[in-house]
Amino acid sequence: MRIGIPRSLLYYKYLPFWKTFLTGMGAEVETSPLTNKKILSRGVEVAENELCVPVKAFYGHCMALRDNGVDALFVPRVVSVEERAYTCPKFLGLPDMIGAVAGSLELPPLLTPRLNQREKPREFKLQLMDFAREQFGLRRLEALAALESARLAQRRYQEGLAGGRKPLDLLPASRFNTPRWRPPAEKRKRIGLLGHPYNIYDGYLTQNLIARLEEMGAELVLPEMTDHNVLMKAATDVPKQLYWTYEKEIMGAINLWTEKQMVDGVVYVLAFACGPDSLIQVLIEHRAKLHNIPLMSLTIDEHSGEAGLITRIEAFIDMLMRKKTAA
Amino acid sequence: MRISAPQMGNLHIMLDDLFGRLGVEYVQPPPSSTKTLQLGAKHSPEFACLPLKINIGNFIEALEVGADTLVMAGGHGPCRFGYYGIVEERILRDLGYDFRFIMLEPFSDGVWAFYKVFESLSPGLSIRKLWKILKISFSKARAIDRLHKRALQLRAYEANRGDTTRALHGAEEIMAAAHTAEEIEAAASESMAVIEAVERDSGRDVLRIGIVGEFYLLLEPFSNFGLEETLGQMGVYLERSVWVTDWIAPNSNNVIYGYPKKTIEKKAEPFLDQNVGGEGRETIGSLVNFAEMGFDGVIQLLPFGCMPENIATSIIPRVQQEHDIPVLTLAFDEQTGRAGMVTRVEAFLDLLEARRRNRPGAALKPGTAASA
Repeated sequence: MRIGIPRSLLYYKYLPFWKTFLTGMGAEVETSPLTNKKILSRGVEVAENELCVPVKAFYGHCMALRDNGVDALFVPRVVSVEERAYTCPKFLGLPDMIGAVAGSLELPPLLTPRLNQREKPREFKLQLMDFAREQFGLRRLEALAALESARLAQRRYQEGLAGGRKPLDLLPASRFNTPRWRPPAEKRKRIGLLGHPYNIYDGYLTQNLIARLEEMGAELVLPEMTDHNVLMKAATDVPKQLYWTYEKEIMGAINLWTEKQMVDGVVYVLAFACGPDSLIQVLIEHRAKLHNIPLMSLTIDEHSGEAGLITRIEAFIDMLMRKKTAA
Repeated sequence: MRISAPQMGNLHIMLDDLFGRLGVEYVQPPPSSTKTLQLGAKHSPEFACLPLKINIGNFIEALEVGADTLVMAGGHGPCRFGYYGIVEERILRDLGYDFRFIMLEPFSDGVWAFYKVFESLSPGLSIRKLWKILKISFSKARAIDRLHKRALQLRAYEANRGDTTRALHGAEEIMAAAHTAEEIEAAASESMAVIEAVERDSGRDVLRIGIVGEFYLLLEPFSNFGLEETLGQMGVYLERSVWVTDWIAPNSNNVIYGYPKKTIEKKAEPFLDQNVGGEGRETIGSLVNFAEMGFDGVIQLLPFGCMPENIATSIIPRVQQEHDIPVLTLAFDEQTGRAGMVTRVEAFLDLLEARRRNRPGAALKPGTAASA
């Protein structure tokens, strides 16, 4: 069986795990191409207008996989990845949202295991074993073996990220986000690039932002370079704990960066109409101001133009360069 | 201490009653107005949802008329609402206001923490006394919800336009004055009689529409330009899926709405088999529910960008394929105008009337709904 994994949303977080798990169970895995104009515009056409641009792109990726003739689409329902927390509501409803258009778009069958660790830690292991039994007829030991190799693949990936490599260097078929030229190391500024992996590493959605920043003299600091548990701990400094895991990572990163003065400036990428980001934006901007770290919020959507983006980041980097010289 | 909380529908009547019993002075924020919304939108993040923006406006106006303590409800996600309080406090502090801020987490998240909040407002309060106070305040609020539900049904038949709304205001005043359990019981039947006494044209053939969606938009008439009253006066019989007391009740039997949460979730299951926060799943379940009851159509209300409702909106076309019911989705933000909304609603009513005419045996008398 050929299973398609859309190169979108949680792909950037969990691809090594999912891919190893599915191939370990005897499936062939195919990912959709890098986001491109066709994928995005098709997604925009079928998705509900008010959704954020990464979710719209997800629809387009599903259609691209359909065109490649996969036998099934892997759209897990990632409800929660840790106790007492959720992911974004849109990930909770994603299989149903795609399911609602599956008929009219003639999508292949959807594989939608429900992963929920909200009540009990490690619950997802059992949920994935159920999935392995129901969909692939695997016995307990076989499923455990597939899970174990998936876990190791994911760990290797995360170790690579912690070493400062970018998801796109580690994930298959990446040529995006590579700078053509970089200023010498002593002339670079440390820029924290904040935001969801599915936005900042999607070179099409963010107009090759990573490469552009590096070409302009940024030494990038990324949330993924810090261990998840360290980020979580850094994010506890609020009167009420955030209940969105991925946003909590972002909060942890800004707290850490500002407190330890790890960056000279921060570029915060958020998708238009992103629910969780619309709220934590207030806290993030407050935090940066408190520690006197310049921060630029960059909102993206399907209409974002290249020229506007370049002008804004150029101005921001210029400002940082001048700030350092003045001081 | 002068305490205040955001405006939402008839919540202030309940809060006034509750804080009165606790011996705390309650400051009702000035009724939400265009100025409230402008103030709120100015100081809120651009794509925060509309309720947050109105809340901020309410809080600023309450602080300006002398409130020194602000209360906000909490929650545990995944909808944004549960984190509103933290962000609202930050925004107001950054504006330079000085106040005490209280986040009231739901009863189900911990009875002790819930009690401690009230104990801090009213020192020496025992759990038993708090329980009694909540119970009696709640019974009053529930009676008020019943009045509103009846008004939504009867307004379509009123002989003189505006009578139901006037009767409702009178009925609410009767309820507000009631204090003891006996008084509340007597006031409940007296006020209901006021609503029932409105002169009706019972022979009128009316359209039946279900209102579903996000709770703030459904409960706060300011946020939806008084859509329910407008529809009622156009001769539409309304049922609504969300009520204040159903929302805050510790159980989930939805006494006012009439359909327990479980039943509604079951109806949503074939289309949306997951709680996605807010009222996302309830919107789908209630849509199915109204379709099964043979309603002519359903209107979904949501703040622009509301995550749970956007999920529901994405799924509605599939529900419609199976249940054949027209749905009008209306999203609101600070840019929305009343005229645009009314035009869309009128067109929707025309469509519903035409559908009735084309359905054998269910003809609507000419010119009764939209043109009334």
